[in-house]
Amino acid sequence: MEFQIYRFNPDVDQEPRMQSFAVEVERGMMLRDVLLEIKSRDESFAFRHSCGEGVCGSDGVNVNGRNQLACITPVSDYENGPVVIRPLPGRPVTRDLVVDMSDFYHQYHAVDPWLKRKDPVPEQENLQTPEQRARLDGLWECILCGCCSTSCPSFWWNPQKFLGPQALLSSWRFLADSRDQAEDERLDALDGPYKVFRCHTIMNCVDACPKHLNPTRAIGHIRNLMLKKSV
Amino acid sequence: MSLIRRNFDVLIIGAGGAGLNAAVQLAKADMRVAVVSKVFPTRSHTVAAQGGVNAALGNVNDDSWHWHMFDTVKGSDYLGDQDAIEFMCREAIPTVYELEHNGVPFSRLDSGKIYQRPFGGQSRDFGKEQASRTCAAADRTGHAILHTLYQQNIKARSHFFTEYFAIDLLQDAEGGVTGALVMDIASGEPMILNARATLLATGGCGQVFRTTSNAHINTGDGMAMALRAGVPLQDMEFFQFHPTGVAGRGMLITEASRGEGGYLINSEGERFMERYAPSAKDLASRDVVARAIVTEVREGRGCGPNKDYVLLKVDHLGEEVVAKRLPGIRETSKIFLGVDPAFEPIPVYPTAHYVMGGIPSDRFGRVVAPAHHGPEEVVQGLYAAGECACVSVHGANRLGGNSLLDILVFGRLSGLDILEYLGEHPRHRLTDSSSEECAMARFQRFDISGEGITVAELRSEFRKVMEDHAGVFRTDEIMREGVDKVRDIRHRLEDVRLADTSRTFNTARIEAFELENLIDVGISIVTAALHRKESRGAHSRPDYPERDDRNWMRHSLYFLEEDRLDYKPVRTKPLSVDSFPPKPRVY
Repeated sequence: MEFQIYRFNPDVDQEPRMQSFAVEVERGMMLRDVLLEIKSRDESFAFRHSCGEGVCGSDGVNVNGRNQLACITPVSDYENGPVVIRPLPGRPVTRDLVVDMSDFYHQYHAVDPWLKRKDPVPEQENLQTPEQRARLDGLWECILCGCCSTSCPSFWWNPQKFLGPQALLSSWRFLADSRDQAEDERLDALDGPYKVFRCHTIMNCVDACPKHLNPTRAIGHIRNLMLKKSV
Repeated sequence: MSLIRRNFDVLIIGAGGAGLNAAVQLAKADMRVAVVSKVFPTRSHTVAAQGGVNAALGNVNDDSWHWHMFDTVKGSDYLGDQDAIEFMCREAIPTVYELEHNGVPFSRLDSGKIYQRPFGGQSRDFGKEQASRTCAAADRTGHAILHTLYQQNIKARSHFFTEYFAIDLLQDAEGGVTGALVMDIASGEPMILNARATLLATGGCGQVFRTTSNAHINTGDGMAMALRAGVPLQDMEFFQFHPTGVAGRGMLITEASRGEGGYLINSEGERFMERYAPSAKDLASRDVVARAIVTEVREGRGCGPNKDYVLLKVDHLGEEVVAKRLPGIRETSKIFLGVDPAFEPIPVYPTAHYVMGGIPSDRFGRVVAPAHHGPEEVVQGLYAAGECACVSVHGANRLGGNSLLDILVFGRLSGLDILEYLGEHPRHRLTDSSSEECAMARFQRFDISGEGITVAELRSEFRKVMEDHAGVFRTDEIMREGVDKVRDIRHRLEDVRLADTSRTFNTARIEAFELENLIDVGISIVTAALHRKESRGAHSRPDYPERDDRNWMRHSLYFLEEDRLDYKPVRTKPLSVDSFPPKPRVY
């Protein structure tokens, strides 16, 4: 099968180029296996990867226009056509498929992604019913791969002002936690025209998320809660 | 070019559970903490831990840390140090509560308390009925814990050097550790990080084997750095093969699948664990189950066209239980095998999973090695915690749910002990110039170009050799050959050349450094394994099938210099309770 790969090494290249590789595909092969095969032929090819099973979030790449985790994307999904692999869009390219994710991490940090409690620390665990805990499902599983935020046109335009789908999903993860005691503080910090309201429900994030999470829905919950608080 | 030099109070190498739990203690105490990680912290391999963390909370049944201690000592096949094990099992309880207070989204019982599931080798009342002791966040407990610890570090404002690769430790003239030479992966530039104390928390080395549950990054970097700094590695012959890896691929299917009621069958449909462990059955210790599976396959009762795996059944639990308690392995099975475990059994075979051995440390995380007076002298300024360390709480075989516990307890304790150490050592030590030159030489060693062997070639040859010669069953002949082959590979590392010596994000250069680390660690494994003439825990020798407490109830120490081995006694005296004397280990 033919794979077209985005190549750019700032040490030697004036501009990026696409390079074609023919790789023999076996049953059960993932895109990461293809990238590894290419790397074994050309060690100058750079991409991030680690766990190989979709939990570490290192190998987000853009495949035929859609963001994916290479390690859990079967090659058989692309049987009929050329496969074009590019770095995650909208981010500065460091080298080949490696991009600079600083803005993305910065926005994650900006939502204070940690549990805030005001009560004294109990001797044992804080209690939480299975139903309260179930509200966190679909939120806490985020692996910070960046597939969602880098597929979002609003994040492309305003990566320093708009929090982006990932950070907003994380924000809602804490707002939805029965143990968290900082709702007002969190909502105040989200106020303004950019942080939340640059989401135009394009829903690229939902389509891109390799863990099947739904940032658009989380953003909807945040908006509803803001609305409820303001009246 | 002038080398960038930066000074911190503490340098932590590795940002998994151990490194992050140490960092947060220190940052909260207003220390200047530098955390160096070759990947963004939440990509560290703690993220992949599935089943849970053991603590005798007693949320499901009566429980006690003392029973947990007994199980851990027995699981270790009596090679674990009982003072450290007592300490860990006591500390487990406040450690898990602290995690919960910091936000870990544990699964919950109807009572609102943390959900606890049954796991292998866990019992009540010193070996009687099965205990439910493993605290879980579905089957993604490591993910939940690692992300929470990272969040706590953002809150505490730890200083992260993300995507920096540690080249080597730096030392003063007496061998005390003064920091490390690191490399910024993005720019390829070196940097000196000086610190009054350095913690190695670099995780495991599963990449020494071809088939492994471990991530690409688990290359034993900290262990190899310790070896090169003259520190030995302890008990490296004990490598855990997890019974249930995805057949042919190696990724992990959690023990929780058996904890929740799943079981193994062979080609005859027989629930074969009943023969090997009549009472604990599928929840016997991991070494026992892994040997049983390999034996079934060797004796021709494997499943599939090549009869080379067994089947793990969870489909009888019903789709709801699988969806709620085992969502992660359901996804993995669907993606990699096209099998939905809610309806079909999963093909599994043992996979290299965890190294019980590592950098010898005490229960405060201090690295201890023989120097002048005895086997356990503290190496000044150096700490180790997590899978790269050997306290030893796992001895010859680790229980499921005890690795997250180990990294959390000893990561935290290292942080607290470093605080005390910093109080007593207000000044930075002076790095010896020859130590810095050595580290710089290593940094530059792959700059030479020309004809030679590629990293990929030598690495795949090495990993195959390790798999063939240091696997589940080991005989003298096989291991002798293994030692020769690995030494030959070490020799040929000299001929490795990079085709690409550019600076920016050169992953080929990183992989070359990692290969060197893997080979140093690999030699420690085969050397220690060849010399241990008994079967204990994960080290299983058909030519010496019995455990030999009289001659071999002792820890091995491997030194890189001259591939030398030394031994030291097991610490059998606990802190406050009676010692558990060695007994035959049956499940």
